[in-house]
Amino acid sequence: MNNNKVIQVEGLTKMFGDFTAVNAITFEVEKGEIFGFLGANGAGKTTAMKMLIGISKPTSGKANVAGFDVYSNAEDIKKNIGYMSQKFALYDDLTVRENITFFGGIYGLSRKRIKEKSNALIEELGLENVANKLVGALPLGWKQKLSFSVSLIHDPKIVFLDEPTGGVDPITRRQFWELIYKAANKGTTVFVTTHYMDEAEYCDRVSIMVNGKIEALDTPKKLKEQFKAENMNDVFLKLARG
Amino acid sequence: MGISVNHISKSYKNVKALQDISFEVKKGELFGLIGPDGAGKTTLFRILTTLLFADEGNATVAGYDVVVEYKSIRNSVGYMPGKFSLYQDLTIEENLEFFATIFGTTIEENYDLIKDIYVQIEPFKDRRAGKLSGGMKQKLALCCALIHKPKVLFLDEPTTGVDPVSRKEFWEMLKRLQEKGITILVSTPYMDEAALCDRIALIQDGKILEIDTPEAIVEHFPKQIYNVSANNMYQLILSLNDYEHNHSVYPFGEFVHYTDSRTDFNPEELKTFLETKDLSNIHIDKTVATIEDTFMELAK
Amino acid sequence: MKRFIGFIKKEFYHIFRDKRSLFILFGMPIAQILLFGFAITNEINNVDIAILDHSKDTTTEEIINKIAASEYFSIKQIIEKESDIESIFKKGKVKAVLNFEKDFSKNLIKDNNATIQIITDATDPNTANTITNFVGSILQKYQKDLNKEITIVYQIIPESRMVYNPELKSVYMFVPGVMTIILMLVSAMMTSISITREKELGTMEILLVSPLKPFQVIIGKVFPYIFLSIINAVVIVVLSIFIFKMPVQGSLFLLGLESVLFIISSLALGILISTISASQQTAMMVSLMGLMLPVILLSGFIFPISSMPLPLQIISNIIPAKWFIIILKGIMLKGVGIQFIWKETLILLGMTVFFIALSVKKYKIRLE
Repeated sequence: MNNNKVIQVEGLTKMFGDFTAVNAITFEVEKGEIFGFLGANGAGKTTAMKMLIGISKPTSGKANVAGFDVYSNAEDIKKNIGYMSQKFALYDDLTVRENITFFGGIYGLSRKRIKEKSNALIEELGLENVANKLVGALPLGWKQKLSFSVSLIHDPKIVFLDEPTGGVDPITRRQFWELIYKAANKGTTVFVTTHYMDEAEYCDRVSIMVNGKIEALDTPKKLKEQFKAENMNDVFLKLARG
Repeated sequence: MGISVNHISKSYKNVKALQDISFEVKKGELFGLIGPDGAGKTTLFRILTTLLFADEGNATVAGYDVVVEYKSIRNSVGYMPGKFSLYQDLTIEENLEFFATIFGTTIEENYDLIKDIYVQIEPFKDRRAGKLSGGMKQKLALCCALIHKPKVLFLDEPTTGVDPVSRKEFWEMLKRLQEKGITILVSTPYMDEAALCDRIALIQDGKILEIDTPEAIVEHFPKQIYNVSANNMYQLILSLNDYEHNHSVYPFGEFVHYTDSRTDFNPEELKTFLETKDLSNIHIDKTVATIEDTFMELAK
Repeated sequence: MKRFIGFIKKEFYHIFRDKRSLFILFGMPIAQILLFGFAITNEINNVDIAILDHSKDTTTEEIINKIAASEYFSIKQIIEKESDIESIFKKGKVKAVLNFEKDFSKNLIKDNNATIQIITDATDPNTANTITNFVGSILQKYQKDLNKEITIVYQIIPESRMVYNPELKSVYMFVPGVMTIILMLVSAMMTSISITREKELGTMEILLVSPLKPFQVIIGKVFPYIFLSIINAVVIVVLSIFIFKMPVQGSLFLLGLESVLFIISSLALGILISTISASQQTAMMVSLMGLMLPVILLSGFIFPISSMPLPLQIISNIIPAKWFIIILKGIMLKGVGIQFIWKETLILLGMTVFFIALSVKKYKIRLE
């Protein structure tokens, strides 16, 4: 296996009864790449991602994530990836520090390492003054940044972001993307699923899923040229309307 | 008689949700309230739809005072709350029928107004609302809010969680409703939707940053913006932040939007600087400001 | 009126499309009444006992035969010595041992006085008590027969008689309680859940912004449950009459009216709960903890109020279910008319008016 390809997917399919949620998708993601996984609600994004993170068994096809096979080594995959979702991220009734300690503990970090990581992380995000405050009291944007950093606490090879930045203000959103660029620059692969097309503009490469199939896969720039569109939103509109 | 908001303030415990908000929406205008989550948009909507009292200030909707004449307002406005508030276990038709009866009307009576929208979901009229896609729920919710021919329509984040195709269709529908003389106040966190409104108010942390037409807001942007790109995005952002003359540095898709603090800015100079930072494939081009640039400049 | 009918139609759609509420509405009453009727009971039926007979004479034989012949007991074992008593209890084979003293007949004739020791397993005190009573009454009856033959005139024989429920059928005691619980549950819990569901969905916001008046919304929400609760009450009464042969002594009409009164008071409580809870979950918790527990524990349904400590007796007065159970028992078991239960009815009526007034006042026409 090529070491630079951290995600390799070939003909991956998931059926629910007669319904084909994910229809033979094929793609590769390289180390340190920011990969956008786009599609409308119900296009099959979430189902595909669940197979990649090892919580759903594919019906057929091949997939290798972080060097492990999704059929036989699902548990190893879980140890080597980070996950952040808009819906569930952190415990609102724990403090910033308690959240970090808890998630560090889940991934089996030593006490010393958790302490180091917590301090570094709190400093990096400028959360010194609120380190012992409940996460529930923080503004949404801070929570998202914290939650992203926590998903990186065990230095995973790949981090999966499920609709990460909906609803935050534009400045905070950019700070969030700077964190993503930083992680990618260090060699972490970032896999972003979203249905916000402007978010796609930030990715190195994007795939667009329509009805269970990947209908387009390239850099945002090339996709815009290919579809003669001004932005990714137009690309999507043209693709979805046929 | 559209909407008139005068010095409205509202606090919850220790959070100031709205601070001295004032603006006017003319009759028949499509007015956008643009801001992120937590900016106070929903609170303002609830005050205007008579669901909440403001701590200070007053407001009128369709000529009626929101406190004294709340009953008249309730008869003449349509309201679509943030999450599409439909009965999940009722079908499309049953939902619409229900909202028609509680407003003392029937689907037939006002069919003209909703026809354009309703025909798109009518083939599924026996399907339960809980089983609809985001776009269909959104259309149904709009039909329900329109069924009694309101004079003023309040739409709180109607496009959140809806795919781009449905979003586009939705805005087209709003334009058509506007032509029928309905005043529309719509809120959204998406800056790219601002351009579709007649006028917009940018709002953050309970304060209005600016009110104007989208074109004027963009025109008033005080600086020249440059699209900067290079081979390594992260290095580029760090380097630009290091550059002593920078005014603002914001990643913007495949580019970084850069403004300089000087009036006599020379892009070549910046290029040379970036080259010393080991960056290659550097491009620096002029570009026009967007609503988002303005928002960030004002919120800075 | 058209608005109102539209509203009620919608409520019925909700109810009939939600399996969970359908189960609570129709499964629960039937399950509960059968459960209480068959499984949880105070009666004794073919209880295993052992006999230790030191006399083995005609009198003891007669008594033993009488006991064996009753449907309440079956003689499992005859033991020979005192030391066996302990071991037989330990094995859990029998619930009671009857120990006849030596020379039982002789003593009875000579001294007019013979002794049977009834030893019961009091790990289950209710059963133990009942066994003692039942053995006692068999003995009394035997004694009475005996005395008839011997004709000793001056003897006073105390005799107790159970009235209203002479067979001590526990199902008769449970029916009023179960009916109370179910009406309370259906009315209060279901309405509070259905109102808070609208809050969660956000549809309450739209209803508030509509021209509907608050009381129209409330009436629209509760009306279907009044209707369904009445059906439930009928189901329970019919079940108890036909399956448990429970006699309803009093007027069915009065029973119906009193039930409607109680249903309305529970609905008002449900509305009250919905005004203080923001989510369906809270509403459910408050209904269960705040209403069900007091009803089960303090209404006199299971534990007699007269044997409670004074503070609890006082608290029990503010529980509407207590008064409804008294009314139900009065009508169903005693067959009394309104002249005997007007006081309880008036208390219940007062509470209902109070709850309605409070919930209308609490129901907000705005958010917050």
